[in-house]
Amino acid sequence: MKTILILGAGTAGTAIAHKLRRRLSSEWDVAVVDPSSTHLYQPGLLFLPFGDETEERIVRERGSTLGKGITWHKDAVKAIDTERRRVELEEGERLSYDFLIIASGTEVRPDMIDGMLGDGWRKSVFDFYTLEGAKALQAALAKFEGGRLVLNIVEMPIKCPVAPLEFAFLADAYLTKRGIRDKTELVYATPLDGAFTKPLASKTLGYLLEDKGIQVETEFMTGEVDSENNVIRSYDEREVPYDLLVTIPPHTGARFLEDTDLGDELAFVPTDRHTLAAKNAERVFCIGDATDLPSSKAGSVAHFQADLMTENILRAIEGKELEPTFDGHSNCFVETGHGKAMLIDFNYDTEPLPGQFPIPGIGPLPLLKECRRNHWAKRLFRLVYWHGLLPARPIPISPTMSLAGKQLSAVAEAGGA
Amino acid sequence: MSIETVQTDAEGYLTNRDDWSEELAMELAKQFSVELSDEHWTVLNAARAIETESGSSPGLRKISKRSETPIKAIYKLFPDGPAKLIAKIAGIPKPKSCL
Repeated sequence: MKTILILGAGTAGTAIAHKLRRRLSSEWDVAVVDPSSTHLYQPGLLFLPFGDETEERIVRERGSTLGKGITWHKDAVKAIDTERRRVELEEGERLSYDFLIIASGTEVRPDMIDGMLGDGWRKSVFDFYTLEGAKALQAALAKFEGGRLVLNIVEMPIKCPVAPLEFAFLADAYLTKRGIRDKTELVYATPLDGAFTKPLASKTLGYLLEDKGIQVETEFMTGEVDSENNVIRSYDEREVPYDLLVTIPPHTGARFLEDTDLGDELAFVPTDRHTLAAKNAERVFCIGDATDLPSSKAGSVAHFQADLMTENILRAIEGKELEPTFDGHSNCFVETGHGKAMLIDFNYDTEPLPGQFPIPGIGPLPLLKECRRNHWAKRLFRLVYWHGLLPARPIPISPTMSLAGKQLSAVAEAGGA
Repeated sequence: MSIETVQTDAEGYLTNRDDWSEELAMELAKQFSVELSDEHWTVLNAARAIETESGSSPGLRKISKRSETPIKAIYKLFPDGPAKLIAKIAGIPKPKSCL
């Protein structure tokens, strides 16, 4: 029996496990390692704090998402030995592999910032990138009666890079609905030089911040959370006071990749940007949030990578050369509040452009533009996720990006490259 | 390529990564009132190396770890927005998000 071992059964690990199971004969064991008994639909965490999503709808038993034919080792990874092609688990078991796929995603690391886990943690300081954090924030928002609501990205890269901005837009709508928007200052503190960092997005979407009265604090690199005085302090000694802090802590790769040849300084895996092979070991691939690639850490990316990586793993099994097929394609809905959303579609080389998706000139979803259809598509996507994306059934969207239906000239008009 | 002839975008980042040289970096640094010492170079070289490997401009924590220079010290070396300054002087793209 030969083995493909997949570390992590999140979006990427589960999708590639199903794809490979379908394509490989019974002489192959397709096995995943994941210690958690549940699978979380992470996009739901954006809506949960506002009471627009429930835990029941976004959490499922892991067993039900893997199904028959995929072996599940319910344990955590302790160490990887790429020379002996062996993975050691926390409880002592050793698993051999013919090919290894690292799909262990990211960890949200509030412990990396001074004071973040201090007395204010989950009292006035919240994250929403974890289920526990999003639930605690829901309770805190329900009691919030106004003041300074500060949203803070500590550092890039983060999962779903537009989620903090979406959170700010949804918070504006939520506070308006509750009648306390005029009693609330909404602040967005980012380490980058703007909430939008590309000329076209700044030009076409800047109105969103203005219309919603969101203050932006730029180039703010958080060094400390001082929950005694309710301020966050940057490395250059600027202070942003808050009554309620919604923070996106630093992200790293899995702990078992820290200080190994497979992980970089932040425990992300140096990965070939087109073939998705890990750079520092033979017979090892990396998919989804765990890579060091400049593509977005997003579910759509994991899905596109799973399509293309499956073909490359089949090539590797046959001893053929890998094909450089992945282009960084990403496709994301961006909630803008009040029942509207945008859709963005981009890759390594092409920034999000206006146009129509998925059928050029027809749509029905407009790109880089707010509308209600995009919002409903985003809300319905949960069903596509559970029934299509996760079990890797065919979804009629190309894994590589298409320029058809996109207005390329818009970039030059906005003064971009 | 000198500072007079080199092409930069509207925000002052090098248009062409290949135009970069150590001499140009020194000229660019001067524009921002930074005199490049060995410590500066350790940081700049780390940023360039990471960008070459991963295809994107790194955040300060990664630069800090690679260059073994504390983030506080990086702020002293490149006051007034080190992430942008490092990218401009090292000739790598602006650190950005997807929008």
